[in-house]
Amino acid sequence: MQLRTLAATFLILTAAGSAHADIGPAEKPDLKLGFIKLTDMAPLAIAWEQGFFLDEGLFVELEAQANWKVLLDGVVTGTLDGAHMLAGQPLGATIGYGTQADIITAFSMDLNGNGITVSNDVWEQMRPHIEDGSDGNPAHPISATALKPVIDQYRDKGERFRMGMVFPVSTHNYELRYWLAAGGLNPGYYAPQRGDTSGNIDADVHLSVTPPPQMPATMEAGTIQGYCVGEPWNQQAVFKGIGVPVITDYEIWPNNPEKVFGVTEAWAEQYPNTHLRLLRALIRAAHWLDENDNANREEAVKILSRSSYVGADEEVIANSMTGTFEYEKGDVRKVPDFNVFFRYYATYPYPSDAIWYLSQMRRWGQIAEPKSDDWYMETAAKVYRADIYKEAARTLIEDGTLKAEDFPDLDAENFARPHQGELIDGVAFTPREPNAYIDSFEIGLKGSQTP
Amino acid sequence: MTTLSQTDSLSSGQRWLRALTEKLSGQNLAETFRQLLLPAIGIALFLGFWHLAAPQVQTSLGAFPGPADVLEQSGQLWQEHSNQRDRAAQFVIMQEERNERILAETPDAEVKIRDYPGAPTFIDQIFTSLGTVLAGFVLATLIAVPLGIIIGLNRHFSAAINPLIQIFKPVSPLAWLPLVTMVVSATYVSDDPMFEKSFLTSMITVTLCSLWPTLINTSVGVSAVNPDLLNVSKVLQLSFWTHVRKVVLPSSVPMIFTGLRVSLGIAWMVLIAAEMLAQSPGLGKFVWDEFQNGSSESLSRIMVAVLAIGFIGFLLDRIMLLIQKKVAWNE
Repeated sequence: MQLRTLAATFLILTAAGSAHADIGPAEKPDLKLGFIKLTDMAPLAIAWEQGFFLDEGLFVELEAQANWKVLLDGVVTGTLDGAHMLAGQPLGATIGYGTQADIITAFSMDLNGNGITVSNDVWEQMRPHIEDGSDGNPAHPISATALKPVIDQYRDKGERFRMGMVFPVSTHNYELRYWLAAGGLNPGYYAPQRGDTSGNIDADVHLSVTPPPQMPATMEAGTIQGYCVGEPWNQQAVFKGIGVPVITDYEIWPNNPEKVFGVTEAWAEQYPNTHLRLLRALIRAAHWLDENDNANREEAVKILSRSSYVGADEEVIANSMTGTFEYEKGDVRKVPDFNVFFRYYATYPYPSDAIWYLSQMRRWGQIAEPKSDDWYMETAAKVYRADIYKEAARTLIEDGTLKAEDFPDLDAENFARPHQGELIDGVAFTPREPNAYIDSFEIGLKGSQTP
Repeated sequence: MTTLSQTDSLSSGQRWLRALTEKLSGQNLAETFRQLLLPAIGIALFLGFWHLAAPQVQTSLGAFPGPADVLEQSGQLWQEHSNQRDRAAQFVIMQEERNERILAETPDAEVKIRDYPGAPTFIDQIFTSLGTVLAGFVLATLIAVPLGIIIGLNRHFSAAINPLIQIFKPVSPLAWLPLVTMVVSATYVSDDPMFEKSFLTSMITVTLCSLWPTLINTSVGVSAVNPDLLNVSKVLQLSFWTHVRKVVLPSSVPMIFTGLRVSLGIAWMVLIAAEMLAQSPGLGKFVWDEFQNGSSESLSRIMVAVLAIGFIGFLLDRIMLLIQKKVAWNE
């Protein structure tokens, strides 16, 4: 026993001597990375402020982008070296939905972190259809069935019920659709084969794109009646007194994958050392954020509230980042896992994440034709580059910065994300059989259907 | 001739003294007073009205900022700027130490000192915007003045090009912007670019929108040269270049400068809009970022930017006016 431990230590020590040296100096030390003003950009801000980028010899400039389209174009045209992205963006770009470009990700930035908010007016109409919990507050999770009577009223008046999401291939679009469909409401289909990318075919609820920071203002203006967005823009609605968050994405799907860090495939091939060094800095930043049971979160909130990062008021950002979530004004509940950056192996780019997004793209018609199960596996492997992540993680373990138990077993296949709960509609997610999963939904395209 | 040499021989001290006594003489004093007092009253009334009206306008980000909030935020923006400068200085020192260490280990290693990669401050954004607007304006002038001269000299050319000018003149910068962005991204490809793409995009948009007043004024000024002068030029059989330099340009300079002044004003307005939409660095981006922040301080900070934009626009116009007065002979 002792001998084995000794041998193992020896192995690690010898490896440590050469491992970090394995990554040569960064080919491109001056980098510009893009982000959207959302709390889940935190790993980038932390890696900068804590000097993790500098430790890797990287001189990084972080630049806020106006919206997800501008950000994606920046990465594609090369004005940005990489960016904080929606999980659907590398996938959507690679399969050619919207802008076609080969974009990969080797780092999952966080789990959860989104919410669905409706305007005060809609909330008042929903409230009678929601049961009370033991404390007199509404019982959670709130199903979209409570929204159905409101939508019927809108239809009777001949008006459309509109909700905002942040991008056609955003997590928010799929989460909002998932929640609505689980409550029997059709969020509408896409038909890119005949040029219809509005996603409103047969829709009960009409979804449209609004950049995250403008959500509260757009809802206040009455253009949309509700929205699905990341933090701090749900809590902002509560603080401004213009809306009520009805559900968080943790309640829709516990520990759902959220943002990723994306670069173009060509960039990753041209600058492999730079990419590995970036990943090392980001993994360390994510670890810092979750370290000692979120001990650093308050410091992180202070950093994020600076106007060059997220810029919202500290108390607004603090709400969700420190594990609480305020629904109705005063109805503050504990959601300790609302923002997960590192624990539950959050940073590992599991192929099952990619397959869930692809399955939702097919469900709502963004992927117009049926694809084989193999296609889903191949696309996931092409975009979600766990091989690069593993390389960066190994060097961190070898030089003693992080421990092996911080990561999943790096020699295993690591196909499906662990620590995930059941989805709100009770349909089991079977990443190995994507087509069977797609066919199991009541609302949504099945088999070879097209809208 | 004698009087002229006398004035010249006066020492600058005496001249200054004379100017002062002239200023202080009864009539002039009243004039200066009127010039200063009335604007001061106007500004004071405006500030008072603003101070009283602002709290009445409630937004979801709190009340509309009054003059005091704006003053406080401008102090804070300045503080942020000087903090950032301190950090930048530390960053350079840190790099120097690091480079020394590297050089001590491997003497032939390549080291360099990098700029601080921190977020640009409000003051940085002002200088970025000024640089961009001047570059765009200079480019517009370089295109508009020669083209205007050709149009003004040649009736046929003028007739041919006039419809194009009329169509492109009223185009908003925001319409050009997507096209310019895509063209710049596609054509300006280099491994070690001299300019940032975002700079080029803003600059070209500014150029496209601001060259029209100069172009039109130059062509009108050139075509309105006194026929007597043209005849003289013909009689003397001046070459084309001499004709342009000695006859056409001197008589059309006042018109050209009027055009340039309008162009610079437009350039400044266009730039802010372009920066806002394209998210290229500058004051426009500052305003948009603050709007997106949606914090309780955002509105005051945007108001600081609004005032700064106005003040800089005013200064630019004054500078042009000064230059115009120096070179224009007819005013």
